[in-house]
Amino acid sequence: MAFSDETLARLRADAAEIVGRYPKARSALLPLLHLVQSEEGYVSGDGIAFCAEVLGCTETEVKGVATFYTMYADRPAPDYKVGVCTNTLCAIMGGDQIYSELASHLGAEEGGASEAGGGHGGITSPDGKVGVERIECNAACDYAPVVMVNWEFFDNQTPETAKQLVDDLRAGVPVRPERGPGRLCTWKEASRVLAGFGDGQAADGPPAGSASLVGLKIAKERGWEAPES
Amino acid sequence: MTDTLTPVLTANWDQADAFRMDGYRRGGGYQAVPKALKMRPDDVIAAVKDSGLRGRGGAGFPTGVKWSFIPQGDGKPHYLTVNADESEPGTCKDIPLMMANPHSLIEGIIITCYAIRASHAFIYIRGEALHPIRRLQLAVAEAYEAGYLGKDILGSGFDLDVVVHAGAGAYICGEETALLTSLEGYRGLPRNRPPFPAVEGLYACPTVINNVESIASVPGIIRNGPGWFSGLGTEKSKGHGIFSLSGHVAHPGQFEAPLGITLRELIELAGGMRPGHRLKFWTPGGSSTPILTDEHLDIPLDFEGIGGAGSMLGTRALQIFDETTCVVRAALRWTEFYQHESCGKCTPCREGTYWLVRAVERLENGKGTDEDLETILDVSDNIVGRAFCALGDAAPVPITSAIKHFRDEVVQHQKEGGCPFDPAASVLWSDTTVADR
Repeated sequence: MAFSDETLARLRADAAEIVGRYPKARSALLPLLHLVQSEEGYVSGDGIAFCAEVLGCTETEVKGVATFYTMYADRPAPDYKVGVCTNTLCAIMGGDQIYSELASHLGAEEGGASEAGGGHGGITSPDGKVGVERIECNAACDYAPVVMVNWEFFDNQTPETAKQLVDDLRAGVPVRPERGPGRLCTWKEASRVLAGFGDGQAADGPPAGSASLVGLKIAKERGWEAPES
Repeated sequence: MTDTLTPVLTANWDQADAFRMDGYRRGGGYQAVPKALKMRPDDVIAAVKDSGLRGRGGAGFPTGVKWSFIPQGDGKPHYLTVNADESEPGTCKDIPLMMANPHSLIEGIIITCYAIRASHAFIYIRGEALHPIRRLQLAVAEAYEAGYLGKDILGSGFDLDVVVHAGAGAYICGEETALLTSLEGYRGLPRNRPPFPAVEGLYACPTVINNVESIASVPGIIRNGPGWFSGLGTEKSKGHGIFSLSGHVAHPGQFEAPLGITLRELIELAGGMRPGHRLKFWTPGGSSTPILTDEHLDIPLDFEGIGGAGSMLGTRALQIFDETTCVVRAALRWTEFYQHESCGKCTPCREGTYWLVRAVERLENGKGTDEDLETILDVSDNIVGRAFCALGDAAPVPITSAIKHFRDEVVQHQKEGGCPFDPAASVLWSDTTVADR
């Protein structure tokens, strides 16, 4: 195995904690895959071997699961994965245009673009920092068109705001999601949260964005409320 | 007379600490847990039955009845699995609910587990919802600290552990049996029924699977009584529900109202259609529910009303499209979604979605023929009712309902040899008023 002894010891401790959450160890496989992805940025052969060792199953079984789910990358992933929703509602509200403009924006850069793994194809910036791909509906339709960066919400986007976002990510300029933490996680850090290890940012950001509050605001203005018990 | 909007689950979303234990308690949160723990579990089930609560994940099955299917005294562990995989295109209520008010879900889980006699619950949340996942993790930690989770909750002798489990990007895992397979650590493939999850669910043990909003509605029912809940809504569709408006309205957003509100009322509350445009078609509850048109503005948004109009209430995901939108383009994208998300287990869905996309693509590109229309209807007939799960049944819905309501438009594509619409006219920034919001 290519993990250093030190890394392996740390991963084993984390893995034991994950396995301990479940009545049956095999249930830990999805979070374990998130864990190994948090280490390497993708699910490598070593990551697969590690999961198989922890669960006492074959590497083939682990690989069969890892390849079923689109969130596990099968090759080194960029630090920031930009996902443009191009499911119907967002596509029509502008997601299709945002994606095509972002793609040519990145593709026009020196060195051209390369294919990223996972999701709907997509392209990666020549410096390997930022990948852009099409994603399916991410349950933020009232903020359409929606762009996600490492699974944080960037609401009501336009081609201009999305290009600025990508430029900022490449230049290392801090960006923050409208409804999310103060500091945008890298792809690896986000994967660790998905494995069940909090990053201390849960209390950051507002409880809700403006669209989530449209109905509540009207109800308050008009004195509408649920009846008393 | 009940007010038009009745915020319950959304009532505290504008409070800065809504997602914290203190913020939730301030609005009466966690009052239902001690009350429920003093009741007999069967009485809790009876109360939820009496309230008339029906599943908020789309199918509308009575929640209390589902709970009563769990065999008691069987000596097996029981489980609650919360379906927080919200991925149905257009559906966007559970994610903001878990972001703003996660404790309502945790409190509902405690009461539900007590009722069905489960000591382990899982929240299966889609992995693409990082911040809601953080908020759930925080809420669970706070609930343990306050003694609402763990051993001997509030001295009742009842034990409960809750695990937040992040999925990894597969729409199919919102299908309840696929969710269980996934939670067991396998590829998310649906299972045959029977046996139903209530008998053989997670680890082949009795399992209740409920949607986030269903479970989050339980504390209010216990706190205020089943009659309070059933006093809202219509004859067979009781209670409050979150209605999500998206698309070509002036102010898209979330509106919590008694079931039975109409789209006309909701669009008016959303500031109307974007200026200068009119309603063309809409989904009542996500892409799996047949589209409706401006003829259906006054139909009560409840299970029976929308069912009577030939569609389904679904998740109350009201995606609104105006006259600039090509219905074939919309249907094509949804069809592509079902193809992308088909798990591949059964042939009708795996093969049928592929061929549907090919035919709908030709229609949109103006290369369609009458034979393509026949193919679409024929393929539909061969998927619906023959697929392993509801994903297959849903796949032909967008295009068949589009053909039903807008056949002329489909024919127009053929005649003109291409799509007669300009996509630039539909985008958010095509209209300054909308861009200002």
